[in-house]
Amino acid sequence: MSTPASGLAQIGKSVFIKGELSGSEDLYLDGQVEGSIALKGNSLTVGPNGQVKASVEAKGVVVQGKLEGNVQASDRVELRKSAIVTGDITTQRISIEEGAYLKGKVDIHRTDAK
Amino acid sequence: MSSVSQNFMKLFRGSSGAEIIPAQSSQKLTRRSSGLGELSRIWESAEGLCILDLGSTSPTNIRHFTENGHRIYSEDLLTASTDPELLSKDEQGSVILDSRKFLADNLVYPAARFDVVLCWNLPDYLDESLVKPVVGRLWSVLKPGGMLLAFFHTRDAGPDSPCHRFHIVGTDTLEMQKIVLRREARRGPTGAIHTAISDGFQLQRVFNNRHIENLFRDFASIKFFLARDNIREVLVVR
Repeated sequence: MSTPASGLAQIGKSVFIKGELSGSEDLYLDGQVEGSIALKGNSLTVGPNGQVKASVEAKGVVVQGKLEGNVQASDRVELRKSAIVTGDITTQRISIEEGAYLKGKVDIHRTDAK
Repeated sequence: MSSVSQNFMKLFRGSSGAEIIPAQSSQKLTRRSSGLGELSRIWESAEGLCILDLGSTSPTNIRHFTENGHRIYSEDLLTASTDPELLSKDEQGSVILDSRKFLADNLVYPAARFDVVLCWNLPDYLDESLVKPVVGRLWSVLKPGGMLLAFFHTRDAGPDSPCHRFHIVGTDTLEMQKIVLRREARRGPTGAIHTAISDGFQLQRVFNNRHIENLFRDFASIKFFLARDNIREVLVVR
């Protein structure tokens, strides 16, 4: 199980946020968020205690906890074995560990290689 | 080691069945599937199909379809049917599953969305009260001409047949993995820790051909494939 790197923006497991969350740096989220998360060009990691009810837009998304909402990742999505995801995923690349739970669509948008 | 007569019977029966792959850390089964073979021709010759997988989340299946340019929807209906909030009581006070609530929370898609539905062994393990409503909903979310693949145990299978999840590993080959439910430890109102221990889903019933035809009577056509491993594969077209 990955732990947040030092210096990484973090939301701890006792924190609850309701509303729009946006930023321009990578974020490790182990608390609760309801609303929307926009980290264009950056990555979001939902930690094992994280509970997200939000649409997510980011470059990369790693889920170890619970995520309810649509995910749009310009680069990649990783669902770890403890992930519980309900929502549609649109991304270029996806990796899903055995044991992860997904209820929703997986749509892969490929960039054409020249 | 299989005998000559067994090998001959393999050739003779040909199409489908299960065998053990020995070189795995945990015992896994593979089975040839004639129904899958027919479906593969569809998704290998078309692009951008919309596919609904109703089994446990399978990274293998998701990779299989997304790598071939299709959209896959994953929805584990069997696990969803174990939601305690679905339990209610009928007029006699018996505990039943609320099929209306189940369909309000699951299989919620616009009409005629899917080209293919992979039902796997769902009808055999789903609670009786949910089977017909679920098949009715599947009819409505399939496109006209869309296809559904389901597996049914035959009469010989018995009630102890383990519930498997299915991973597509070849054009007509599936890997079967026994479903073992997760152990959940919860602290009850008194503070005591309750641990739910369950090996997996139980076979609910054995459908015969007529039951199956009746179950899919609203569909345009139905095709049966009898496999060696006491499984009847059914491919229906909406």
